[in-house]
Amino acid sequence: MAEKKSSGAQKGTMKKVLKYVGRHGFFMVLSIILAAVTVALTLYTPILIGDAIDLIVDRGNVDFDGIFKLLLKIGIIVGATALIQWLMNMINNRITYHIVRDIRNEAFRKIEILPLKYIDAHSSGEIVNRIISDADQFADGLLMGFTQLFTGVVTILGTLLFLISISWKITLVVVIITPLSLFIAKFIAGRTYRMFKLQSETRGEQTAFIDEMIGNQKVVQAFSHEDEALEKFDEINERLAKCSLDATFYSSLTNPSTRFVNGVVYAGVALSGALMCIATRGAVNPFTVGQLSCCLSYANQYTKPFNEISGVVTELQNALACAARLFELIEEEPQIPEPKDAEVIEDAKGNVSLDNVSFSYSSDRRLIENLSLSVKPGQRIAIVGPTGCGKTTIINLLMRFYDVNGGAIYVEGTDIRNITRDSLRSSYGMVLQETWLKSGTVRENIAMGKPEATDEEIVSAAKASHAHGFIKRLPNGYDTVIAEDGGNLSQGQKQLLCIARVMLCLPPMLILDEATSSIDTRTEVKIQEAFARLMKGRTSFIVAHRLSTIREADVILVMKDGHIIEQGNHEQLLERKGFYYRLYNSQFAV
Amino acid sequence: MVINLKKLLVHIKQYRKESLLGPLFKLMEALFELFVPLVIASIIDNGISGGDRAHVIKMCLVLVVLGIIGLCFSITAQYFAAKASVGFSKNLRHELFKHIESLSYSEIDQVGTSTLITRMTSDINQIQTGVNLTLRLLLRSPFVVFGAMIMAFTINFKAALIFAVTIPVLSVVVFGIMLWCIPLYKKVQQKLDGVLGKTRENLTGVRVIRAFCKENEEIEEFENRNGLLCAAQKFVGRISALMNPVTYVIINLAIIVLIHTGALQVNSGEISQGDVVALYNYMSQILVELIKLANLIISLTKCVACGNRVQALFEIKSSLDVKGENPEVKGDTAVEFRGVSLRYKNAGDDSLTDMNFSVKRGETVGIIGGTGSGKSSLVNMIPRFYDATAGEVLVDGADVKSYTLEELRSKIGIVPQKAVLFRGTIRENMQWGKDDASDAEIMKAAMTAQAADVIESKGGLDFEIEQGGKNLSGGQRQRFTIARALVKNPEILILDDSASALDFATDAALRKAIRSMESNPTVFIVSQRTSSIQHADKIIVMDDGKIAAVGKHEELLKSCPVYNEIYSSQFKKEAV
Repeated sequence: MAEKKSSGAQKGTMKKVLKYVGRHGFFMVLSIILAAVTVALTLYTPILIGDAIDLIVDRGNVDFDGIFKLLLKIGIIVGATALIQWLMNMINNRITYHIVRDIRNEAFRKIEILPLKYIDAHSSGEIVNRIISDADQFADGLLMGFTQLFTGVVTILGTLLFLISISWKITLVVVIITPLSLFIAKFIAGRTYRMFKLQSETRGEQTAFIDEMIGNQKVVQAFSHEDEALEKFDEINERLAKCSLDATFYSSLTNPSTRFVNGVVYAGVALSGALMCIATRGAVNPFTVGQLSCCLSYANQYTKPFNEISGVVTELQNALACAARLFELIEEEPQIPEPKDAEVIEDAKGNVSLDNVSFSYSSDRRLIENLSLSVKPGQRIAIVGPTGCGKTTIINLLMRFYDVNGGAIYVEGTDIRNITRDSLRSSYGMVLQETWLKSGTVRENIAMGKPEATDEEIVSAAKASHAHGFIKRLPNGYDTVIAEDGGNLSQGQKQLLCIARVMLCLPPMLILDEATSSIDTRTEVKIQEAFARLMKGRTSFIVAHRLSTIREADVILVMKDGHIIEQGNHEQLLERKGFYYRLYNSQFAV
Repeated sequence: MVINLKKLLVHIKQYRKESLLGPLFKLMEALFELFVPLVIASIIDNGISGGDRAHVIKMCLVLVVLGIIGLCFSITAQYFAAKASVGFSKNLRHELFKHIESLSYSEIDQVGTSTLITRMTSDINQIQTGVNLTLRLLLRSPFVVFGAMIMAFTINFKAALIFAVTIPVLSVVVFGIMLWCIPLYKKVQQKLDGVLGKTRENLTGVRVIRAFCKENEEIEEFENRNGLLCAAQKFVGRISALMNPVTYVIINLAIIVLIHTGALQVNSGEISQGDVVALYNYMSQILVELIKLANLIISLTKCVACGNRVQALFEIKSSLDVKGENPEVKGDTAVEFRGVSLRYKNAGDDSLTDMNFSVKRGETVGIIGGTGSGKSSLVNMIPRFYDATAGEVLVDGADVKSYTLEELRSKIGIVPQKAVLFRGTIRENMQWGKDDASDAEIMKAAMTAQAADVIESKGGLDFEIEQGGKNLSGGQRQRFTIARALVKNPEILILDDSASALDFATDAALRKAIRSMESNPTVFIVSQRTSSIQHADKIIVMDDGKIAAVGKHEELLKSCPVYNEIYSSQFKKEAV
């Protein structure tokens, strides 16, 4: 039963692979033609050599002229074969690598439109593994398939034709015995697919672990947790070694087994051929030794592709197992597509309203319920509350990283689900507490939202965010390449760069989620002044703990457990002597 | 280049037996294969020419028996080869992981995460495939080639000389192409690093990328890098694809010469027609073997290129030189900096210059200063994440360099700026600090870290945290990282701006709880908020990598303009 299922899945994957292969139709056809030509020429050579051998009969009985002519012919054909073979190899290379490139591209494009829910729920290492290792293994298998499957099949057909031309009896012997090797190959392949799948899954698990541990090596070391990490790693490694051994060994059985069958074929040809030689000796049309030698050579050539094909079949198992994981990613449900008539908002003024919004990440735990709020242009909205109360979630909803479960969010009176994501998101400037910089120069990072920005604009944005000072001191100033994960920049410096990034493109609305948490307060005050200047008349949402940031907000939302429990400006809230009042006073308490 | 790979082979030691037996059985298989042309020659010369049917049948049975023996040997060989190669790569991954863990912060900063990951995964996979194929075929192929030559010599010396010339020419071609390809494959792997880097970046930065609507640019950039990878693959493919055609031409030229020589020899009666067939068969065997070898060589070349990359990682030694005397605790000074300077690798300037201060056991030290003034650098030197470029850091009266890293770090609980948690339950995460911490110990630490109610709201210590703590809020993560450090019950506790996502009430409660801890640890608090540190026993004010002042809150307010400025920037507006 399980067998059937896996072979069904295999077929499905194969079909998808063929779809990609189909895009290279022209080269495919060319490759097949070249393969046919190569095979024909490769097979023709032994005939000529056989003929030549037949001309070497005995002492004093050698036709040198004939041999010379034949050898010349052989030389030319061999040269042509080699050239065509090289061409064919290159075409196969091209097809394979282009297919893998296309699949990788498609997988990546998928990542860009997957809902955040998927990305948040999957470890990055595991997704990375699919795009890197799985695609790699798939390429290897596919290339082997191309270079050997075609020539293999064509060789088999061609050899049979040539063999028939020499002796149909010997051909019969060959045809009867060889299917045995295909049967064996299929038997083994059916069993190894699951082993390969397990191997590739375990590899994925290991990559995820490596990604997590190596990516956070500093924490691992700080806790002297190296030994434990290694232990866990070894546990996965041990499992991987085990299923890898299974997959490698069982798949490698194919080759010796089919080779054995080939040996039997060879013996069969030798037997029947030799007997025919003896039987037809002295007849009008004798079966010569030269013909026998030719048949034997054909038997070798004929069985070799069976060997290779069986090898390819196991290799393809692995490739298909990997491809299946890639396709799984590619076929993942993307984020809800925009409606065709989605609006493009160009000059958002800053009217945002939340109408009875409810949302939760998982159905078993409700988070935000019946949240309503109306923001007028130019207002500063501060969101405060204890950790885990849903502040960041509101930002996820405003930016439409997640869709609301109930109710709706409106910008300029339009439901954000009817606005293009691009125009919605570019109406906001967002700075998060989790700083993220792309690998590239400082300049590229600042200019992320406005690639066409001039140097002056970039420098003035950096000055406004007070990043200019430290950038100047970097080894190459604005052209310093930031290493992966921000390298040696301090958390605060990274935040300054993120702020400069937003300062440069100046969107009509602003979201600051603990944007200045790692920046010293002197700088923060200056940055806020700069923001205040730049954001005059624009709407902003601020999540912060520093009350200095919050005090001047027009509306303060005090959140607790997904609800807004208090709402008003600083003075009003203090007067109410509620939750905010306690929060505010706590900072002076010891 | 190949020498580098040799060093890696140390890791196969444990599988020495398998890696010898594998090729050995393969050799035996090949040996039996070499008899085949002899048997055929016997069929032709004795069977056919003598019309001896019984001989023909007997010889054909011999062929089948040879096949069965070959099958047994070959399966045994495959088993050993698989075992050795899988075991090898297992050891290699283990050693590499261990090695990476031993690298210091400086090296990790320099090398970068993506390439570490590709080397641990893709590169080692390639090595495994290469080793497996090598064990299976590498000995076999040259053996068949040379064996065929020797057999040729037994038939006829003059004709066999052709073999003796052909084989060196073939080796030159094969190795030439191989040497040409190794650096090219290395480039392919480098390009793969780039593709991996981009993918990772897009997963970690997905929010920012979408907020800036950069999806299309990112796709473009990815396709660019992917295109470069594809081009590099095609280029190296073009060259390695030469292998088969070139060897094919060489062998067939040899066959042409062989037949010509054979014709002359037969004409003068030195050899028979059957001998010519046998010689031709040996040449064909070489051809078949070389075709197999060509595939192997491609895998082998990749394997060498990847092996070099892995070895290059092994060559990076941790810049921390560990003595490990574990000196005894002396005096009542917990931490002291003597003339310490720090310059990061490849940085233009010192990050810390001439730091001098000392902290008594049980004291609370506040560290404050502008962004990038060196606060984190300073505390990172206490657990020896980075080594001082000048001066020395002392913990418990002894240079940090004289401790083993484990001993040193067991004294210290650090809460890093970036709140990182790992996949697993809350309990597992908390036990990072202490392997055998009981639930009671964990809850006590959580209480101090103000995380007890979070644990409760998550339904207890068995709550599964996702990778990177994605299913927790920033504040929750910070509390857990603080609790994790406290579970350790450290002598020195370092909070590196780790309360930034906590609201004021929680922050205040946290500080209060830490001060009342029974173990009375020495505490370093790095903060932006004067409120977090104003009650510290000692406040270090940092300015541009130097100490601007050290003192208590009141003193500093009067004497230190930098501190005064920081304080007033917060309290001018916040004071009611």
